[in-house]
Amino acid sequence: MFCNFFRAQRLEEASKLSSWKQWRQSTQRTLRRLRDEAQEWLSSLKLWRADIHQIEGMFGTGILSYFSFLRFLVMLNLIIFLLMFSFVMLPIIIMFTTNVILFNIWNPFMELYPSSARRGLVIFHEHITDLLSGGGFLEQTYLFYGFYQVNQIHFPNIKYNLALAYLMTTIAYLFLSLIWIVKRSALGFKRNLVQDEDRFQSFCNKIFAGWDFCITNENAASLKRSSLLYELRTDLEEERIKQKIADRTRKEKCRIYLIRFILNIFVIGVLAGCFYSIYVATIFSQEHVEYLMYEYLPSIVITLANFITPLLFSVIINFEDYSPAFEIRFTLMRCVFMRLTSIGVLLFSLWSQITHCKDETCICGYNHELYSCWETRVGQEMYKLTVFDFIIIVAVTIFVEFPRKLIVRHCDCGLAKWWGQQEFSIPQNVLEIVYGQTICWIGTFYCPMLPAICTIKYFFIFYIKKVSLLKNCRPATRPFRASSSNFFFLAVLLIGLALACLPVSVSVAQINCSQACGPFVGYNTSWEVLPTAVSELPTGVRSVIEALSSEAFAVSFFVVTCLAMFYVIALAGAHKKVINQLREQLVLVSLVK
Amino acid sequence: MGNKQTIFTDEQLDAYQDCTFFTRKEILRLHGRYHELAPHLVPMDYTNEPDCKVPLSLIVNMPELKENPFRNRIVESFSEGGDGNLSFNEFVDMFSVLSEMAPRELKAIYAFKIYDFNVDNFLCKEDLEKTLNRLTKEELTPEEVELVCDKTIEEADLDGDNKLSFADFENMISRAPDFLSTFHIRI
Repeated sequence: MFCNFFRAQRLEEASKLSSWKQWRQSTQRTLRRLRDEAQEWLSSLKLWRADIHQIEGMFGTGILSYFSFLRFLVMLNLIIFLLMFSFVMLPIIIMFTTNVILFNIWNPFMELYPSSARRGLVIFHEHITDLLSGGGFLEQTYLFYGFYQVNQIHFPNIKYNLALAYLMTTIAYLFLSLIWIVKRSALGFKRNLVQDEDRFQSFCNKIFAGWDFCITNENAASLKRSSLLYELRTDLEEERIKQKIADRTRKEKCRIYLIRFILNIFVIGVLAGCFYSIYVATIFSQEHVEYLMYEYLPSIVITLANFITPLLFSVIINFEDYSPAFEIRFTLMRCVFMRLTSIGVLLFSLWSQITHCKDETCICGYNHELYSCWETRVGQEMYKLTVFDFIIIVAVTIFVEFPRKLIVRHCDCGLAKWWGQQEFSIPQNVLEIVYGQTICWIGTFYCPMLPAICTIKYFFIFYIKKVSLLKNCRPATRPFRASSSNFFFLAVLLIGLALACLPVSVSVAQINCSQACGPFVGYNTSWEVLPTAVSELPTGVRSVIEALSSEAFAVSFFVVTCLAMFYVIALAGAHKKVINQLREQLVLVSLVK
Repeated sequence: MGNKQTIFTDEQLDAYQDCTFFTRKEILRLHGRYHELAPHLVPMDYTNEPDCKVPLSLIVNMPELKENPFRNRIVESFSEGGDGNLSFNEFVDMFSVLSEMAPRELKAIYAFKIYDFNVDNFLCKEDLEKTLNRLTKEELTPEEVELVCDKTIEEADLDGDNKLSFADFENMISRAPDFLSTFHIRI
């Protein structure tokens, strides 16, 4: 056998070697052993290793990838928070704790920014209200943009430009997230590209790589079997439908296209209706800030819309007569679009309020009477969205999923049977956490402690979801394959990141920053810090940076990238031709034999 | 490490470490599991390389293999005569190939052996039908089974002989993205 032969060979070799070579071999072995043990120790430190192993054993690799995705987001948020902390918060903390350092506040309007902290005797429930709405005493803490009133800090030896650091850290965390996600998805992308290109491997995959050898639980095994059965039957069904589509007559095609057109218009109408209601709710809540319920109105509307629209989409798709695989993907795309664009609509309506003054043009570029510190207001909205999202997840788990399990288990009526036991729907759960992460990315600029809050939030969500999974759920009958699911998660996350970069860049570059608070006082827009800082650099570095940002460089860079892309595409096409030729050759060779 | 164990000599452990993907600790743990299967058959002291084999019926009842539809074939492919009785080396081999660290090529070799029910070095239609029936516990109708097997051979067969040789199989596995994560037993 493999092992016996190798061992005999090694023992024979060992006796022939000189003592120097033996010593070298034994040191190599010791080093390898040390390295293995170090790796084992490091991987045992990995967060939640035991929990994820348990989930994998019971529910298979599809759901496992959801939980490892959650772990990835916890780590990402932690790193973003550490970045913000060390470059933005730490200098200010040092500044406040050591009185020896001189600081430079360039804020002539500071007295005009009224503190909204409550004065006098404060009733306890008002503290709770403040905690939930991000107002009151929270406004004057490190939580929000408005607290960072300092422009530059003069330490004994160096001058620390806090405004520049704030801007650069924002750019840095967006860039870091992009690189980390791309790195993580590179492997999955390659595989998915190969797999999607010709769907020619679907049956082989299921038969030879379909059974998860890790399953040790009898229930999990029978579930896996039924999910494989379902998958195979779906694939056979897909083949039948493909045949049916190929056989369609012209008249039927026209009818189908007409139906699809009407239904798409309907979907667009529904989306427009939802977006309009979010817009109205935001404006209403900005004008009436008396009750906590009004403050949470945008969040409530968004959550309701995100609850109703997936149900609607899954009903509509049945009439559009697509193949099953395409149906799933298309519905998912619609849901992703709905979820992530609703945040954009919220921000857009906020900005329309902020830049709208009673007499047409605003003097400062924003409505400085109502929104003397508009970034803090935006930060508060993001904070409220995050808090409400967490509350909803906890509430749904406690008040919907647990009772559902109890009802289904103890009640034998038709309704309970029709409702059925809870399924852990991976796509919807992933959308939930990507939504939360997009809010975090947008909100960190206005609320620097938001990543820390999100880290804690995802930390608790892990345990909540795990308990819910183990107690309430049975695995989905529609299985979600591990490879494509990894790619799907990271693709949706990338869409979220792209959508998050948009509002941040618009607000940094276009909208005038508030002059009453924040580190960018004195500049027109937040972006201006960068050119000002560059102009203070020594001449050599300055000319290099100016050359890099000139149009000539940008255009030539773009042209070179396009050329590289065309070259790679042409290469791929040539390879494909060669593969086809070789395949034909193989068949010919075997025929000749 | 530090604890003195007398089950294997140091050289034996080094050799096991070299030719499998396990560390010392894991090999000692595997020996514990092997011993548990048949305490009266398997000696605790392996320093003089005893020649004992644990029968198939005991191995397929291990919790890691109990729910696997291919458990008999797995154990048979790693045994020397194809009879399913494994010595400790073969036992370690089996779990080493099925561990996370084994490379795709090695796993493909053994996967081919496992799915080749009639041991003729080809995956013919009967092998595929048996595989499918084991997977779904015979819940597909015969027409569905035939359709699936036809489609599978159509997808993977490159040289057109209506059965899958090892080259066909390996080529297909290299494009199966799930294979590495599913063809894996944790022990």
